[in-house]
Amino acid sequence: MFAELPILSLLIWGPVVGGIWVLYAGDRQEETVKTLALIISVVTFLLSTLLYIDFNINTHEMQFVEFSYWIETFNINYHLGVDGIAMPLIILTTFMTVLVILAGWEVIEKRISQYLAAFLIMEGLMIGVFASMDAMLFYVFWEAMLIPMFLIIGIWGGPRRVYATIKFFLYTFLGSVFMLVAFLYLYSQSGTFNIAELQLLPLGLGAQKLIFIAFLLAFAVKIPMWPVHTWLPDAHVEAPTGGSVILAAILLKLGGYGFLRFSLPITPDASQYFDTMMIVLSLIAIVYIGFVALVQQDMKKLIAYSSISHMGFVTLGFFVGFSIYAATGSTEGSVFALEGSMVQMISHGFISGALFLCVGVMYDRVHSREIKDYGGVVNTMPHFAAFMMLFAMANSGLPGTSGFVGEFVIIISSYQASFWIAFLAASTLILGAAYTLWMYKRVIFGDVANDNIAELKDINRRETFILSALAIAVLFFGLYPAPLFDAMHPTLEHLFEHLLQTKTIL
Amino acid sequence: MDLFENMEDIYLAIVLAPLLGSVIAGLFGKLIGRSGAHWVAIAGVGVSFVLSLLAYYHLFYNGGEVYNAAVYTWLNSGDLHFEIGFLIDQLSVTMMVVVTFVSWIIHIYTIGYMVDDPGYQRFFSYISLFTFAMLMLVMSNNFLQLFFGWEAVGLVSYLLIGFWYKREPAIFANLKAFLVNRVGDFGFLLGVAAVFMHFHSMDYIEVFEQAPALASVTVNIWGDESWSLMSVICICLFIGAMGKSAQVPLHVWLPDSMEGPTPISALIHAATMVTAGIFMVSRMSPLFELSETALNFILIIGATTAFFMGLLALVQNDIKRVIAYSTLSQLGYMTVALGASAYAAAMFHLVTHAFFKALLFLAAGAVIIAMHHQQDMRKYGGLYRYMPITWITCLVGSIALIGFPGTSGFYSKDAIIEAVHLSTLPAAGYAYVAVLSGVFITALYSFRLFFMTFHGQEKMDKQTWEHLHECPRVVTIPLLILAIPSLIIGAWFAGPMLFGDHFAGAIHVAEGHAVLLELGSHYHGEWYQIAWQFFVHAISHPTVILLAFSGVFTAWLLYIKFPTVPEKFANNLSMIHRLLVNKYGFDDFYQKVFAGGAKGIGRLFWQMGDVKLIDGLMVNGSALSVRWFSGKIRQIQSGYLYHYAFAMIVGLLLFLAVFVHKLI
Repeated sequence: MFAELPILSLLIWGPVVGGIWVLYAGDRQEETVKTLALIISVVTFLLSTLLYIDFNINTHEMQFVEFSYWIETFNINYHLGVDGIAMPLIILTTFMTVLVILAGWEVIEKRISQYLAAFLIMEGLMIGVFASMDAMLFYVFWEAMLIPMFLIIGIWGGPRRVYATIKFFLYTFLGSVFMLVAFLYLYSQSGTFNIAELQLLPLGLGAQKLIFIAFLLAFAVKIPMWPVHTWLPDAHVEAPTGGSVILAAILLKLGGYGFLRFSLPITPDASQYFDTMMIVLSLIAIVYIGFVALVQQDMKKLIAYSSISHMGFVTLGFFVGFSIYAATGSTEGSVFALEGSMVQMISHGFISGALFLCVGVMYDRVHSREIKDYGGVVNTMPHFAAFMMLFAMANSGLPGTSGFVGEFVIIISSYQASFWIAFLAASTLILGAAYTLWMYKRVIFGDVANDNIAELKDINRRETFILSALAIAVLFFGLYPAPLFDAMHPTLEHLFEHLLQTKTIL
Repeated sequence: MDLFENMEDIYLAIVLAPLLGSVIAGLFGKLIGRSGAHWVAIAGVGVSFVLSLLAYYHLFYNGGEVYNAAVYTWLNSGDLHFEIGFLIDQLSVTMMVVVTFVSWIIHIYTIGYMVDDPGYQRFFSYISLFTFAMLMLVMSNNFLQLFFGWEAVGLVSYLLIGFWYKREPAIFANLKAFLVNRVGDFGFLLGVAAVFMHFHSMDYIEVFEQAPALASVTVNIWGDESWSLMSVICICLFIGAMGKSAQVPLHVWLPDSMEGPTPISALIHAATMVTAGIFMVSRMSPLFELSETALNFILIIGATTAFFMGLLALVQNDIKRVIAYSTLSQLGYMTVALGASAYAAAMFHLVTHAFFKALLFLAAGAVIIAMHHQQDMRKYGGLYRYMPITWITCLVGSIALIGFPGTSGFYSKDAIIEAVHLSTLPAAGYAYVAVLSGVFITALYSFRLFFMTFHGQEKMDKQTWEHLHECPRVVTIPLLILAIPSLIIGAWFAGPMLFGDHFAGAIHVAEGHAVLLELGSHYHGEWYQIAWQFFVHAISHPTVILLAFSGVFTAWLLYIKFPTVPEKFANNLSMIHRLLVNKYGFDDFYQKVFAGGAKGIGRLFWQMGDVKLIDGLMVNGSALSVRWFSGKIRQIQSGYLYHYAFAMIVGLLLFLAVFVHKLI
């Protein structure tokens, strides 16, 4: 019924314009500004649910397509659309933005309007990334998005924020420059930036390899993969809570999205050529980073490392499909693995966002992220402890929570490729539980450790609301992931069939 | 009868009633108060119990059919379907009745035990949640839901071991329990993955139907060596059972789990959750029957646990830990029965053990209440004068445990020993010796506990002594209720469960492994006739009974007649004593090698890998080299035109050279 509405444009520009409005309103009337920002984010979220309601789950074709000419000389167009990959990620973005706006409510003391505006503008830009069907448009949103994030860490961040921002910026910018070069090369070969056409463009294996590596540099940094991951713990530690949440919940997913939208379909032969390397890097992320997370003393760093380990599952699911197909001769397992990766991304958005919010809740009260400064929080904050228990368990992949679904699907699928891939991936069952629950034990359980803990006040209504929303999402998709799978299946099935068709020209 | 028309609704209610009770007690605990919380939880589990009885009646006496259907679809991916559903057959309905009954009794007992605890509502919420999870596990019709229940009971066990979260040992023990269980689950998940790959299904019945066709399939795990697929699957699944049912070497978490409140030691760590592994293997009997390798493996693990863990109970002085080691040992007996393909005997012992071990734990709990939470048996003695009901019920539990003729444990344990004796597997010889000598050990530690607690010299301090009295009725009545099945259920069910068709269709035994069938060929008639014949047979072949009696007699000698002797033993055999006190060194070894090793590896990876190599050398190193390079390059930008012109010419020449080279 809303088919006539340019929903995607509204979703992109609504928050951007809203953000500018908030910026213009300034800090003078704090309550008004906050309410305004909240209303904008809620309206955006409600609008985004239309994407799901009106979404046709029986096709892999792009939906809600919008098209208009932009720079005709270079055949660059304002071309938007979503499929089963983009739609869930967009709704995740709008959902998390509401919570982030709420999370900053009482906590941010300086430049509140700019803070809120940064998040709203970033929301629009992130949706732009997911909705772009034109590579240049994608690139513009991709780069533009760095700016608000840069400001969020740089202005509202911790003491070492400058080092962290520069590291974050250089890392991601360096990667994306290579992506731009790849786009330009593809344009020179095809005369178009239309992503769908680029996906069909025949390319020799040599060219594919180079393009794959260029894309890899961009997306591997973003997601991030070992060994280009070290910017993430630094960025998280210095970022304000809201920044960490968006960083973990959405920004990392852009890397995963890039693999699905560009690396795999544009260079399928190179993806197959490099798949062993990608699987090995993913497994290193899962196992190596799992051990590193175990010994972290800073809660945010620990969760950041946990994120990298969980993203290892995402890349594993992306690239293990070729071996599954080779072993079984059926696309079923490979598509299933891809779906597992997508679910893992969505679920990780909720869980890591929730865990960073939990750390934020404690940081706001105690002003420390060090595990050793805590102990016995459950005595003074029982409700908070219960929420964090749920999220810790979800992070450990407990069945019944969304954290289980993706890992389970990827492990049982990758078993079809090789026993040992599944074996190493399944080690997360032990490692993930070890680092998450050991942290939980030291922070939450035990007797009251010091005066700071003794004086803690349990979570207020606002915080309870935020954590409840996430708890419901985590449980819902753990108990009933079918809607996600149904929405994604045609797109991912089509994607994998596309991957099997060689694009090399002799 | 209309009542049985919509069995699906009844099964759903069985699962959801405890969940509802748990949610209400958990979320609205403050609102409904303490009594509100226990009433809602007891009502939830009570409904579950009554309906389980109904389901039992329906299946066994009402000609009801086995129910196997999905409740909802968890996810679809093309032709792959993952469903949540129930398989209600003789096996699951038996478990349902046992689980809900014991859980219900323990809910009631908890009112008395936790009366002063500030976490009262939370406790009821947890044990109801546990009942829900355990029911999901046993009622499942597929591997996915089994895994859900499997991990969910682990979660509740974790929450309940750490219930008193201020105590350092408790929160150490719960983390340990969760992680050790996760090691088992790791194997279990790989087994599930193997099933999924080769059977393309998670549904039990579909998998079991295909299993014989895949019996001779081999897979390559390592190099070119080919393994039987069934052995790989079964051993992986059994590793999961080793975690949950605390078999050597994954047993270390169970004794430590005694840090939790006593009611949950009875419910979770004795009667129900720890038997999930036994249940699972019985459920998977159509798979395990196809791998003799796995069965031998199970026999060895079970026998080792049964004997060596029983020995450890002899040197424990904490009353709950003695019973915990006893549980380990009895789980070993059940595992041995699984390995001997006597699944029905394993299930039978599971059922009888659930009653008498829950009884023993609750009796121990009553003693602990009376002794003001003193758990050291060396401070007890002579309690029979003050706590007659506890004394007599504990005696009932103990004689059932040691297999006193006629009690429930007598039938189930004897059946296991006889079955192992008949088994022709290579490992059965070792297992037979282990379970036979285990009988003596069991009697010795059981009556050591009994005599040290209820007889001999009174060793408690004066203050405790002055307040010593029997527990309130809310505690003693559950003891009395549990004492009844501990005594009679063995005789009643030995015939149908072991030799009859109680588990018909639910348990599959291959032709060459049918030890119970062979054993049963000696017994005929109604249940009481079989019970009598069993009794007569045991008296006429008295090895087992003599072993048990000599165990009791030895305990009497050592702890009543000559109470100074045990200390002399400990001193003269200090090597062995220390080995036992140190629990064979498992805990220290794991703590140092695995816990310490993992932290060491983590630090190494972090400091060497992330900090030094990646950040130090590559990231900051490249930043430094950029600075160095730009320093050099800055000199080139001299500002002199002829420098630039020169560079351009050189560049042009280079380009030309490459271009020409390519053309040629």
